[in-house]
Amino acid sequence: MAKGVMIVAEQRDGALRKISLELASTARKLADQTGDEVSAILLGSGIEGLAAELGKYGVDKVFVGDNAAMEPYITEAHAAVVAKVVKENDPAILLLGASVQGKDLSARVAAKLATGLATDCTDVKLDGGKFVAIRPMYAGKCFGEIVTSATPAMASLRPNVFPAAENAKAGTVVKVDAAVDAASIKSKILEVQKDTSGKVDLTEANVIVSGGRGMKGPEGFGILEELAAVLKGTVGASRAAVDAGWKLQKDQVGQTGKVVSPNLYIACGISGAIQHLAGMSSSKCIVAINKDAEAPIFTKADYGVVDDLFKVVPELTAVCKKLVA
Amino acid sequence: MNIIACVKQVPDTEAQIKVKADGSGIEEGQIKWVMNPYDEFGVEEALKLKEKNGGDVTVVCVGPARAMETIRTALAMGADKGVHICDPAFDNADAFVVANALAAVIKTLPHDIIFCGQRAIDDDSGQVGAMLAEALGLPQLTLVTKLDFAGSSVKVIRPIEGAQLLIETALPCVVTCQKGLNEPRYASLPGIMKAKKKPVDVKDAAAVGIATDAKAKVAKTVPPPARPPGKIICGDEPAQKAAELGRLLREEAKAI
Ligand SMILES: Cc1cc2nc3c(=O)[nH]c(=O)nc-3n(C[C@H](O)[C@H](O)[C@H](O)COP(=O)(O)OP(=O)(O)OC[C@H]3O[C@@H](n4cnc5c(N)ncnc54)[C@H](O)[C@@H]3O)c2cc1C
Ligand SMILES: Nc1ncnc2c1ncn2[C@@H]1O[C@H](COP(=O)(O)O)[C@@H](O)[C@H]1O
Repeated sequence: MAKGVMIVAEQRDGALRKISLELASTARKLADQTGDEVSAILLGSGIEGLAAELGKYGVDKVFVGDNAAMEPYITEAHAAVVAKVVKENDPAILLLGASVQGKDLSARVAAKLATGLATDCTDVKLDGGKFVAIRPMYAGKCFGEIVTSATPAMASLRPNVFPAAENAKAGTVVKVDAAVDAASIKSKILEVQKDTSGKVDLTEANVIVSGGRGMKGPEGFGILEELAAVLKGTVGASRAAVDAGWKLQKDQVGQTGKVVSPNLYIACGISGAIQHLAGMSSSKCIVAINKDAEAPIFTKADYGVVDDLFKVVPELTAVCKKLVA
Repeated sequence: MNIIACVKQVPDTEAQIKVKADGSGIEEGQIKWVMNPYDEFGVEEALKLKEKNGGDVTVVCVGPARAMETIRTALAMGADKGVHICDPAFDNADAFVVANALAAVIKTLPHDIIFCGQRAIDDDSGQVGAMLAEALGLPQLTLVTKLDFAGSSVKVIRPIEGAQLLIETALPCVVTCQKGLNEPRYASLPGIMKAKKKPVDVKDAAAVGIATDAKAKVAKTVPPPARPPGKIICGDEPAQKAAELGRLLREEAKAI
């Protein structure tokens, strides 16, 4: 009988990603309802030391696959090891992050295990002992409750949505064989071009200050950068601003950009088209600054300011500077 | 080159989505159907590869009879032929079933590279590309924003959080496309006329020959949780409004 909750932890450059702690905490909550164990799969090279941190966030047992073949991440190599560990240990539930890596890996693993996967979930629960994953569909215009008819029931969790809470457990290390047949790996990473701006990626940011066509041009974004710097946030953009060449594609929020869930999303000069809302409506607190009181963004905003953003934003930056000082 | 592009028909992004009263899905009556926007990037990239290197573009689609229109759109853009997997047995298909159906058909076609969208904007699931790659035993390159053909391999750019990866992968492989890859063309009038005569092979479930029971089922569809109505911040001067907003964010929302 399949039993327990397993997560696939994510690390990069020898550090756990925040989503790993969110996964551990969510798994712990689920497992405590049935008195089951939480286990984790941790793959990489020279990463055994990270198991203790997973233990701190509620993981009982960490399957560590420490092998040069696991670094950097290559889909086929990781998927093969994850599928093997899952088959050997038969968990009832398998959780991954809906990060770029987690999205890539989860679908491949689900196909290998011939099971069902609910992606980019914003909630998960046990309903009469059965795992139910809740996820936005149709760009958040409705939500689906997903059940799986095979085991494990798989879900990937949207980053920044599930709280990470310390809850110390053993985090016992169990070594697993993570050797892969080199001939089976058809992809090679030639180069990693790191973003040297020091800015947190939009999908991981706690605060996002976004600008749209109302910014008038690339220079306009300067005042958003200043506000973001004070709030330790990242600047995002609407598609209109990206298509105009004012910001890069990686900065775009929305249906054809990134889906984000920061604690605070400040939309400046963005009308709130349905495709933009698709990318940010799971944010915890939404602020809209727009001179048009009829702009649809105000229907989603917790706080709205109807005024010229070029006057409001610098004032807000000054206010925030004092508040966070 | 033998190029495959997978296309799905989805509701237009502007479409209003109404949940059925019994939670069994959405009302389809009023919807305008279009090609999944991410699949437009896939079709465009397929056509660009063909124009540069010669070859043939086949579009493959799983969907009801109305999805033929999306196949015709791809043919009008310039694809050469289509396969339409059409059977009520696929009405409740999940990503696993769709990927296996696509794989069963693609296995019978010569294929050097297969394009999918990074996700379909109806189910927003983002699984089919990777599942298809697994079913075909091929490598996958997901969320690609740049692709260069290099003979027996491709070099792609794949953005991840805080970095971009330059990856080389041997062909054949599956690529999933996102915005930034290219600017999809519109179908021209002559293109639309020609598309009517291009061959589309329609296959039912028996011809595809795979199990059609979904592994993941949408047990219930519900409207999004209601957000409490927001506050419009009053004040005479921008400075006053900013001060009040700052205070609320600090004291009420605890967001800063
Ligand atoms: C298939 C598809 C996918 C799409 N994907 C996305 C996506 O991923 N992300 C996305 O954002 N869009 C997307 N769009 C585009 C979307 O429909 C809108 O066109 C876009 O979001 C509009 O951007 P905007 O709000 O910046 O511009 P506009 O709609 O032009 O709004 C500008 C706003 O700025 C306000 N403004 C102007 N000057 C000032 C000022 N001085 N002070 C205060 N306010 C001011 C105006 O009142 C207005 O509300 C997509 C569209 C399609 C068809
Ligand atoms: N029914 C389908 N027919 C053809 N291709 C599909 C179908 N469903 C999904 N795909 C392809 O897989 C991609 C991802 O879809 P999904 O995993 O459903 O989000 C889409 O952009 C399509 O390229």
